[in-house]
Amino acid sequence: MAFVPLVSGGFTPLTVFDRWRRRFLAGVQDPQLRRSAFVMIGIAAGLAPLMAGAAHAALPKAVNDGADTLLMLIGSALVLLMTPGLAFFYGGFTRSKNVLNTMMMSFFLMGLIGVLWVVIGYSLAFDSGFKSPFIGGLGAMWMNGVGGEFGDAPLADGFNLSASSFALFQGMFAIITPALISGAIVERVSFKAWFWFCLIWSLLIYSPMAKMVWGGGFLGPFGSIGAIDFAGGTVVHIASGVAALVAAAIIGERSTWPNSKRPPHNVPFILLGAGLLWFGWFGFNGASMFAAKTAGYPFLTTTTSASAGLLAWCLIEWFKDGKPTAVGAATGAVAGLVGITPAAGFVYIPQSILIGALTALACFIAVQIKAAIKFDDSLDTFMVHGVGGTVGALLTGILAAKSLVSADYFPLSAKIMEEGGNAGLFIAQLKAVLFTYGFVGLGTALILWFLKLFMPLRVNVNDEERGLDFVAHGEEAYDPMTN
Amino acid sequence: MKMITALVRPSKVDAVKSALVALDIVGMTVSDVRGFGRQKGQVERYRGNEFTVEFLLKSKILVVVDDAKVETAIQAITEAARTGEIGDGKIFVNSVETAIRIRTGDRGDSAL
Repeated sequence: MAFVPLVSGGFTPLTVFDRWRRRFLAGVQDPQLRRSAFVMIGIAAGLAPLMAGAAHAALPKAVNDGADTLLMLIGSALVLLMTPGLAFFYGGFTRSKNVLNTMMMSFFLMGLIGVLWVVIGYSLAFDSGFKSPFIGGLGAMWMNGVGGEFGDAPLADGFNLSASSFALFQGMFAIITPALISGAIVERVSFKAWFWFCLIWSLLIYSPMAKMVWGGGFLGPFGSIGAIDFAGGTVVHIASGVAALVAAAIIGERSTWPNSKRPPHNVPFILLGAGLLWFGWFGFNGASMFAAKTAGYPFLTTTTSASAGLLAWCLIEWFKDGKPTAVGAATGAVAGLVGITPAAGFVYIPQSILIGALTALACFIAVQIKAAIKFDDSLDTFMVHGVGGTVGALLTGILAAKSLVSADYFPLSAKIMEEGGNAGLFIAQLKAVLFTYGFVGLGTALILWFLKLFMPLRVNVNDEERGLDFVAHGEEAYDPMTN
Repeated sequence: MKMITALVRPSKVDAVKSALVALDIVGMTVSDVRGFGRQKGQVERYRGNEFTVEFLLKSKILVVVDDAKVETAIQAITEAARTGEIGDGKIFVNSVETAIRIRTGDRGDSAL
């Protein structure tokens, strides 16, 4: 297959892709051949920009600050650790016959999304080839041109950090976001359906969301709405929460729900996972400052909010049920972390404590409501991430300090605050939240309905009873004959 | 007085319990056991090494009932634990000489 003449003839990678797709499909009718044709086209689409060579313009030279770049690299490592942390957090909640499958639903994405992100995900989120406020482009596929020859070229938009460290950091977010969704649908979803769902969801929902909020797109401070989202209240938490709600509704409840549900099989795992999440969240929020000198504040607000969330949840339980629980402490801390995510760099310490406590309260109420209406969002993904993300995003509008929303980096948001104060920003946040609910909710439903045409989304009842560790992976977590 | 030992699928324990409680048979002991009967074992793979696990997880339910209730109890357990597939398990019935409630020292049927 010769791509070079086509590409050098002035075509964009997209038109090349489209032309080859049509040429292939016209000649190929046999379903088996057709399927391999799709695979080849996928590979070809990935290779095209590589061969194009000059498809991506060199990034303008600016100062690359070593400390800022190091912050991003440390932040990336921290955020990566959140995914196995989440695997433990979720794994502890399930039955022991499903713990490996539950953990694999997160852990596996470090492979799948890790590759997908550098091949095309990053480009769809942060390239500007399509000149669209909703989606990036194809120019940065295979990290083409990102970071320049030595990986040290800074980002174009004025941050003093290398573009390669930025791309890496964002990749870690792309991994954990679909992993969060798994919590709502564990113990019944087919692993094959999960594989395809994550692949498609990451490209069609996550990358556009990242573009719209952080990539200079529609929702963000360079777009039309002017909402601010420091580290992913909308992109990560509302998106995963809403997707989880829709997925749980479409895939349906576990066969054992709600009459023969079981308590968590390993509460120490839950505490271990929550601890790793908290640790990693320093990178998630703190490194989202993109500047080492001023990262102290988001580091501080992150941990104070988590502390306040933990404390609030335990105190509520103490008053209501007479005892503070370990699972409650872990959940409260995560709720506090979710709540502060959109606000971490925009509020001061007292406000961060308020956000942590209020988010924990809102999530506590949401979890009670879920239990009362008997909806099987198995591990409360929507109740913690969806509700917590929503409360955090709205509180960001109410509590953001004007001095911390700088006009250089957040022009439209700063203008909104100048004219309408926190009330104005609250309206912008509300619009962004509602848009995210609609876009992600509808998109997720369409993806699942589409997948349902090709494969069952869940395992049959016998396999569910047998346990997904053996059914999906041929393994078991604990061998009782070992002693 | 008879002791009924039922080896059933772990997922059927709740159903068996409900069925027995409905007959007013209260008090049972459940333990996780591994074993095999006609059902074949399963093959698991770890880093390319194959392991044949012959002993599959089952639940052992122990109940002691007075003679009048034995047949209904057996029937209830059979109905609650049956799926029709190989691996549904077995029920064994033994005679019990007597039973003693530790707290009061009661003996015989009144101790059940």
